[in-house]
Amino acid sequence: MELMEARYEYWMTSGLILLGFYGLFVKRNLVKKLIGLNILQSAVILLFISLAMKSGGTVPILPHHPPHDHAPIVYASPLPHVLMLTAIVVMVATSGVAFALLILIHRRYGTLNEAQLLEQGP
Amino acid sequence: LTASLIPIAIVLPPLLAALLITLLALRRPALARALLLAALLISVVASAAALWRCALGETLTYQFGGWPAPYGIVYGIDTLAALASLLITSIGLAATVYAGPSLAREAAGNEGAFLATSALLLSGMIGMVITADLFNLYVFLEIAAITAYTLIAAGGGTAALASFRYLLIGTVGASFYLLGLAYLFALTGTLNMSDMAARLPAFAAQPAVITAIAFIVTGFAVKMAVFPMHGWLPDAYTYAPTVATALIGALMTKVSAFALLRVLYGVAWPAVAPLDLPITSLLGWPAAIGVLVGSVMALAQTDVKRLLAYSSISHVGYIALGLAIGNSDALVGAVLHIVAHSLMKGCLFLIVGGVSYRFGIRVEEGFQHLARKMPVAMAAFVLCALSMMGIPPTIGFFSKWYLLLGALRAGEIGFVVILLVSTLLNAWYFFRLIERIYFGHEEEEGGRPATERELPPSMLGPIAVLASALIVVGTLSYPLADGLLRRPVDSFVGTLERSLEVTFEPSHEWGGRGTRERANVQTLERSLVWKQWSR
Repeated sequence: MELMEARYEYWMTSGLILLGFYGLFVKRNLVKKLIGLNILQSAVILLFISLAMKSGGTVPILPHHPPHDHAPIVYASPLPHVLMLTAIVVMVATSGVAFALLILIHRRYGTLNEAQLLEQGP
Repeated sequence: LTASLIPIAIVLPPLLAALLITLLALRRPALARALLLAALLISVVASAAALWRCALGETLTYQFGGWPAPYGIVYGIDTLAALASLLITSIGLAATVYAGPSLAREAAGNEGAFLATSALLLSGMIGMVITADLFNLYVFLEIAAITAYTLIAAGGGTAALASFRYLLIGTVGASFYLLGLAYLFALTGTLNMSDMAARLPAFAAQPAVITAIAFIVTGFAVKMAVFPMHGWLPDAYTYAPTVATALIGALMTKVSAFALLRVLYGVAWPAVAPLDLPITSLLGWPAAIGVLVGSVMALAQTDVKRLLAYSSISHVGYIALGLAIGNSDALVGAVLHIVAHSLMKGCLFLIVGGVSYRFGIRVEEGFQHLARKMPVAMAAFVLCALSMMGIPPTIGFFSKWYLLLGALRAGEIGFVVILLVSTLLNAWYFFRLIERIYFGHEEEEGGRPATERELPPSMLGPIAVLASALIVVGTLSYPLADGLLRRPVDSFVGTLERSLEVTFEPSHEWGGRGTRERANVQTLERSLVWKQWSR
């Protein structure tokens, strides 16, 4: 319980990943599967972002005037944010290709339901 | 060409070509393929130069924006990376030469888009093998993957469904890799491969390391289509256009295998080895089952392209098996099989694509007595088939030899048996085809004997070159394996290699047949003294 409170963000990402898998494997509609995939990817991105946090941390920008009391400034780590910016681009590109594929599939089969697609065969 | 520019000269030409082709294809589609050919030619030459320099003991690095190694992104080319990028660029070049007539048939009107996408696919795969940054690896992995989905979908509506399945599974695999990377990054705060390798052993006691390795290995195993995560592969390979199948079937799974080798043994091994994880059985047995399942399923196919797809699952199993066994011989065997399988499967897909280009058929019955109609292409087919079975002097024999040696020296007799059984199954389904091609009942075409209808030279050339490469690389396999590959592989696993002793003693159980000897493979787990016993 203590661990849950101290590291609640990890439990949240685990929950999101499981939710993503639920969408991927249980839902029969291909669009819902894709949404499940997006939830899974977002969970990983959130995990990275949560790694960057520091309690009391501020934006990582060097101030023009150093603070008067010369206290060290606590920054949030900028690196995971930059990485995840790239990962978000990847996610958007994946979704774009996936939606284009879905349009092609719908044109060919007239449905996006997995059970009906399996019935129709190749 | 100065050494510091070689990495850029490898990855940049196809990337630039991809951008230019999209513009050029609007006005001058004929020039688009010439541009890609020129770009890939530069990459091939640069890769060969890199391999030459690495063979002489250099490591080529390129720092992005001048930021030094642990802080900035760097490309680092060692022998393995140079070999892999030479493989990727040469097969890409062969497929692009072949693409001329083939694309005009299969992607008419969209050749420019197709070529631009395949140029992006190639630069993504090259990036995967030459980057020395773990997040950069993810980005290139996704570039290669997204373009692969697109190329597969170029085959039409059925292919789009296969491609969508691949997209779902493949993205989950890539997300697993990213998740594992998040753990490693949280522990060490670095993304540079060699920096990570240096820092990770300090955290080896934490369970997070094991979790991270599990996620990363699973992610790459999905990308490699290791059993039981192979479901996406047969449909994707079958319905994709020929050039796409040749590129993806020959390279995509192999590049993922290469990345797994790099991350598991190049980065994580110093931290993982003392933990004594059962990687050999956890990755090895699924791979071994995949070897058998792929072969058996290949036997059941009548569509030759689908047969080759299933045999890919089986042969990727070989590579995964080598990676799972993880001693020096098995890893050399795995890398050799990456080379071997890329060459032979690329060539086979091109040949089968050529048959359906000429005769519009893919089913096995259509191959009846094809040797008379396409003598050169079918001779190449036989050569590839011999290599798939593992018959000397083709490269397929030597890669399998090193894998067997590795399995034997690790004392994994079960894997040895499975490799041998799979060889028999390979022989079964390929001889079935060869028999049909050469000795099948002659089908009279309206009373006339079949006339020769060989492929156009731009399609036949790449096939002939790839097929003869099987023999050339096969003959050169000893200097390739022991001169070139042994050193980098030993630098991965050498320091903490399971020390093995192979003693041969006369068998007492088989008293009557005293001449036979029993290999008593004894495993002394992780003795600190590493014995360089081979050679």
